[in-house]
Amino acid sequence: MRELSTVDRKILAKLQGDFPVCECPYAEAAEQLGISEEELLQRIESLLADKVLTRFGPMFQIEEMGGAFVLAALAAPEERYDEVTALVNELPAVAHNYRREHALNMWFVLATETKTGIAEAIARIERDTGLAVYAFPKEREFFVEMKLEARL
Amino acid sequence: MIDHIDRSLIVATQGGLPLVPRPYHAIAEQLGLPADEVMRRLKAMLETGVIRRIGVVPNHYAIGWTANGMTVWDVADEQVDELGARIGALDFVTHCYRRPRALPAWPYNLFAMVHGSSREECAAKAGEIRALLGDACRGSDILYSTKILKKSGLRIGG
Repeated sequence: MRELSTVDRKILAKLQGDFPVCECPYAEAAEQLGISEEELLQRIESLLADKVLTRFGPMFQIEEMGGAFVLAALAAPEERYDEVTALVNELPAVAHNYRREHALNMWFVLATETKTGIAEAIARIERDTGLAVYAFPKEREFFVEMKLEARL
Repeated sequence: MIDHIDRSLIVATQGGLPLVPRPYHAIAEQLGLPADEVMRRLKAMLETGVIRRIGVVPNHYAIGWTANGMTVWDVADEQVDELGARIGALDFVTHCYRRPRALPAWPYNLFAMVHGSSREECAAKAGEIRALLGDACRGSDILYSTKILKKSGLRIGG
């Protein structure tokens, strides 16, 4: 695992949002971080390559575009876990997928452009895996702000 | 709502922003749009919330948050909205939602994500949530994630 430098930490602390929309946004962000544009570009590239970052770019709220995000889960038999993971992950609608310790041991987020896309994705997963999918659509959102600073 | 040009911008950027000095110009060129329009539309989508934010998305594990627990609670229906709002306001909770139960397999209707460097830390945070819920809580669990199986984010078809 990559040892985080001071600059890496600054990037993680300051750049989880508010990346500028302007002609030279890296130059502008780099100035605020006290580094050069070139260094910022190289750092982001290497943080992505080292998997410290999973993405860099805009995060979309698909519900604002008429689509839907739905949390769903299934219970994959241990001996089929890898196979089921591959079948689930194959769908572009699966935005995230986590293994969790529970009888329901696979939890994934479906993101589809239309509300009907969710039911289609669930039906496809159930057909491909032969397993029941539990859907947990949000009924109410109390808070979402996924910004965690480095604490290594 | 968004039009087909906004949609093409989403398709062009959902995998990430180009790592070049003028990324919005690069996108504009790729889509055959003026760069000004690309920037204007991205700003508008930030304004309306279609884009939540633009920035880096860390892998929690790689930055020291090695214990990630989805705490789930069975809370009395008549109190869940009021209590959910209070739990969502706790500074260590990153997501908090009311969701349907799936009885009998799944009795929980309130979900709150907590993170820590250890499971003990997550359990302590869950303890604070438990205390806040008081008698309204009829059962709970913490589901720790043990592996990221996929984290690509949104992918709509081009």
